[in-house]
Amino acid sequence: MAVTGLLLVLFLIAHMLGNLKIFAGAGSFNHYAHWLRELGTPLLPAGWYLWLQRGVLLAALVAHIWAATVLAVRARAARPVKYAHRKKVRGSYAARTMRWGGVIIGLFVIYHILDLTTGHLNPVGDPTRPQANVVADFAPDRWYVTLFYTLAVVALGFHLRHGAFSAFRSLGQQTPKGERRARNIALVFAVALTAGYLVVPFAVLIGLVR
Amino acid sequence: MNLTLRIWRQKGPEDKGRMVTYQVEDVSPDMSFLEMLDVLNERLILSGEEPVAFDHDCREGICGMCGLMINGDAHGPQRGTTACQLHMRQFSDGETIDIEPWRARAFPVVKDLVVNRNAFDKIIAAGGYITAPTGSAPEAHSTPVPKADADAAFESAACIGCGACVAACPNGSGMLFTAAKITQLSLLPQGQPERYTRVIGMVDAHDEAGFGGCTNAGECTVVCPKGIPLNTIGRLNRDYLAATAKNGGKPGS
Repeated sequence: MAVTGLLLVLFLIAHMLGNLKIFAGAGSFNHYAHWLRELGTPLLPAGWYLWLQRGVLLAALVAHIWAATVLAVRARAARPVKYAHRKKVRGSYAARTMRWGGVIIGLFVIYHILDLTTGHLNPVGDPTRPQANVVADFAPDRWYVTLFYTLAVVALGFHLRHGAFSAFRSLGQQTPKGERRARNIALVFAVALTAGYLVVPFAVLIGLVR
Repeated sequence: MNLTLRIWRQKGPEDKGRMVTYQVEDVSPDMSFLEMLDVLNERLILSGEEPVAFDHDCREGICGMCGLMINGDAHGPQRGTTACQLHMRQFSDGETIDIEPWRARAFPVVKDLVVNRNAFDKIIAAGGYITAPTGSAPEAHSTPVPKADADAAFESAACIGCGACVAACPNGSGMLFTAAKITQLSLLPQGQPERYTRVIGMVDAHDEAGFGGCTNAGECTVVCPKGIPLNTIGRLNRDYLAATAKNGGKPGS
């Protein structure tokens, strides 16, 4: 979980930084999107790097979901008789929402690819004008898209809050002082990433980006 | 105090079991939780009913025998306290209290609130010991131990093996217990010879016993009556990574 999660986190950081290019103007954002397709040239033919990255991410995602499923199946088998009276959360709320949070994020990723990668669910859907796609996506009259996006990103924030801490722990973080540090890093990282992802749709919503 | 108790009653391992409601009157707030159950049982015996079976031994919080899920909390609402050391003053008059056994596949119910915790013994048997010549106790100063290591080892050694960590874990994992038993030995010089075979053996025994996997949810450390910290699981992980990376080919691992 930790290793595949960290691979996906690296992508999330790069993806967020790329998104923020929208504040540098439509030209800059579109140029960035085209540059992604040419990344790796002339060493690789155009588009190859992107497909390599997609392959690695897909493998990491499948391994991540597989590991999570194994844990969930084991957890279910480990307690065949449920408690009649159960306190819901005594530890961390983020830790207890990992599985459903993960499902929400997974569904969102499918929608997000159909929306802004392939353009099938986008009102513009023009692959040569990614900035126009984003602006059309988060237009005020399509508030439900922004709402779903926000829910998914907040779920991602919670997922990262526990996931980052848990990854440190799985990879051998072992002292009480280090635990406090790991929890703080995870919290700051989760909040920063959530904010970085949410600032784009809300900037479109209030007309800052058009 | 007058209380309504809803207690899990199960005649034996094969019985399906159900929650049964009892009224207990005139409970003193100074009674321990187990003494309150004693009062109930005396009344049940006098009226010819079967008393409620529950585990207990020392009643001073150090043996690890007692273990009850009280209102959804392992060992009840007070932190750092076993059920036997829990006083009725923690509850209010007229309250309804749900009492259930630990719920885990690895801890099958024997009767009522008594569960079989042999799975913990199997984990210990798989490596929770050191190889040392027996005989009279050696001079304490013959093997120097840094104070910080001794303190951390002692913190883990406080584990009484009650099973509250398993009971509270959303995954039904016994990793806090396993980690405590591994840490108390791996931090000390006496535990070094078997350090990396121990962690593999004990984690394998833990998984074979039917416990779930750890997801660092942290519910265990909240209910632990001895306050075993969550970072002991990190020490287990560190040893496990080292054992699988460096010592994979060694005999016994």
